[in-house]
Amino acid sequence: MSENKYIPKTKLAKWFDSRLPLLSLSHHLKEYPTPKNLNYWWTFGGILTFCLITQIVTGVILGMHYVAHTDYAFKSIEHIMRDVNYGWLLRYVHANGASMFFLAVYIHIFRGLFYGSYKAPREVIWIIGVIIYLLMMATAFMGYVLPWGQMSFWGATVITNLFSAIPLVGESITTWLWGGYAVDNPTLTRFYALHYLLPFLIFGLIILHIWALHVPGNNNPIGIDVKKNSNETMPFHPYMVMKDITALLVFIIIFFWFVFFAPNALGHPDNYIEANPLVTPTHIVPEWYLLPFYAILRAIPSKLGGVIFMFAAIFVLVALPWLDTSKVRSSTFRPLYRKFFWVLVATVILLGYLGAKPPEGIYLVLSRIATAYYFIHFLILLPVLGRYEKTDPLPMSISDPVLDKPGLFDKFKKAAGQYEGDNVGSFK
Amino acid sequence: MTKEIKPKRRDFLFTATYTIGAVGLGAAIWPLVDQMNPDSSVKALSTTEVDVSGVEPGKTITVLWRGKPIFIRRRTKEEIDEAAAVDLKDLKDPEKDSDRAKNPEWLVMVGVCTHLGCVPLADKGDYKAWFCPCHGSHYDTSGRIRKGPAPTNLEIPKYEFVNNNTIKIG
Repeated sequence: MSENKYIPKTKLAKWFDSRLPLLSLSHHLKEYPTPKNLNYWWTFGGILTFCLITQIVTGVILGMHYVAHTDYAFKSIEHIMRDVNYGWLLRYVHANGASMFFLAVYIHIFRGLFYGSYKAPREVIWIIGVIIYLLMMATAFMGYVLPWGQMSFWGATVITNLFSAIPLVGESITTWLWGGYAVDNPTLTRFYALHYLLPFLIFGLIILHIWALHVPGNNNPIGIDVKKNSNETMPFHPYMVMKDITALLVFIIIFFWFVFFAPNALGHPDNYIEANPLVTPTHIVPEWYLLPFYAILRAIPSKLGGVIFMFAAIFVLVALPWLDTSKVRSSTFRPLYRKFFWVLVATVILLGYLGAKPPEGIYLVLSRIATAYYFIHFLILLPVLGRYEKTDPLPMSISDPVLDKPGLFDKFKKAAGQYEGDNVGSFK
Repeated sequence: MTKEIKPKRRDFLFTATYTIGAVGLGAAIWPLVDQMNPDSSVKALSTTEVDVSGVEPGKTITVLWRGKPIFIRRRTKEEIDEAAAVDLKDLKDPEKDSDRAKNPEWLVMVGVCTHLGCVPLADKGDYKAWFCPCHGSHYDTSGRIRKGPAPTNLEIPKYEFVNNNTIKIG
């Protein structure tokens, strides 16, 4: 792991580090060599860590004021909004924080797809990432149930009913999940307990995600292996830390624009109506970040089929490192894959749009086409492209795409010559 | 040729230990799993009596039973005829109307769409009966699935007429 052996300076530090090597760990994190060509798409790991910590901090505080009971949950949310000091701020940060978390994770995932970050030797990092994403969805879903509004209740009903599609044991599983014969108080209390637990599991998995990352080191926009501790890498601190902070500040501006100016823009007004088990809102939609999967669920004209395809849409990502047979990581050198990547992005956005629309007419037709294309991309296009695509030649080093431009060297010499005369030429 | 290895006394002891360990672990985990099933207080709420004397023909009332809505509809003559006239071959989940409504005038059903659990709306959809707004399932005047993603007909709960005006559900 650590490239240079760390030797603590003081006697006390030596004493401590030999008993618990925390100082060595912090040295490793600081000096961790990162490729010097990482662009801003690589800053979302840090942004996501910030998101998780924000959610945990605001969530623990909200938990001090929230009451997990069907008679009090809705009221306690209003109590937080109106009575608790800064309760409105904490709740809006938590609610919008969930959306921002997903925004960041989608960019992070598509970054991985574009630059082939899931390929050998980084398959385990990728799979841990998919598990984190699944846990994030479970956590967000259960959190959305807690305010016990109409969307909370009916969202919970629809999602838990997905399990009733399982042959033979489906009904028993839903009854077990509910702790009754419908979504009710036992469901609310267990969702609260699990909503509190899962973020800490995510935290643990993020440590594994980063640990697995630090074994091979970062991928990079060129996608070729870099030589560690050469002039191709830079220490994580301060170089990447500063870059991460710059991106994080921009992200925080967007985040808090929502919190302060449009705190309910990403939510649904029906959730400000208390849950009523007798009336389903005319138009149930999940939160925006689950819409593409919701569209896939509704595109299949069979209950079990819809559920299978919806889960398959996520689990296909686990197999991605083996479905993409191309040896070239970065899309920069894959002219065909690069185009299909953008078609996939458009397809997922289209599915998200369709998930918010009623499942009829043209919307249904389009969601079937988009669902089919989504699976064709992963199951047919990727394996085939890997075999037949003619990729562009890879550079020898991550510096080449910058330094190998025709005329660049002459330009550099000319610029240098203005200061040092014409005899500077032999430094190459 | 591979030499056949005879199981030793120690192999037997290992296997026996693993087996007992697995059984013990399973027994320890079961209470942790089963606690999530409906508890006694939830099960205790399993019957409801409903007074239906005020329900006019062509009207539906909705009552809550075990946390779920129950539709009680007093059907009109046309609705009963329409439900009885349907050819069973046209049905996704074939069931005779006479099996679903013991007394044809009264249709008692769990008002939960068999797709993903939303509450269907009355007097809506292609069959002018029930329509689920969530994912577009259409039910006929007997509550049978006719169109859309729901796999089965609306469920008929266990119920009986205690007297002419009272239905006991559960």
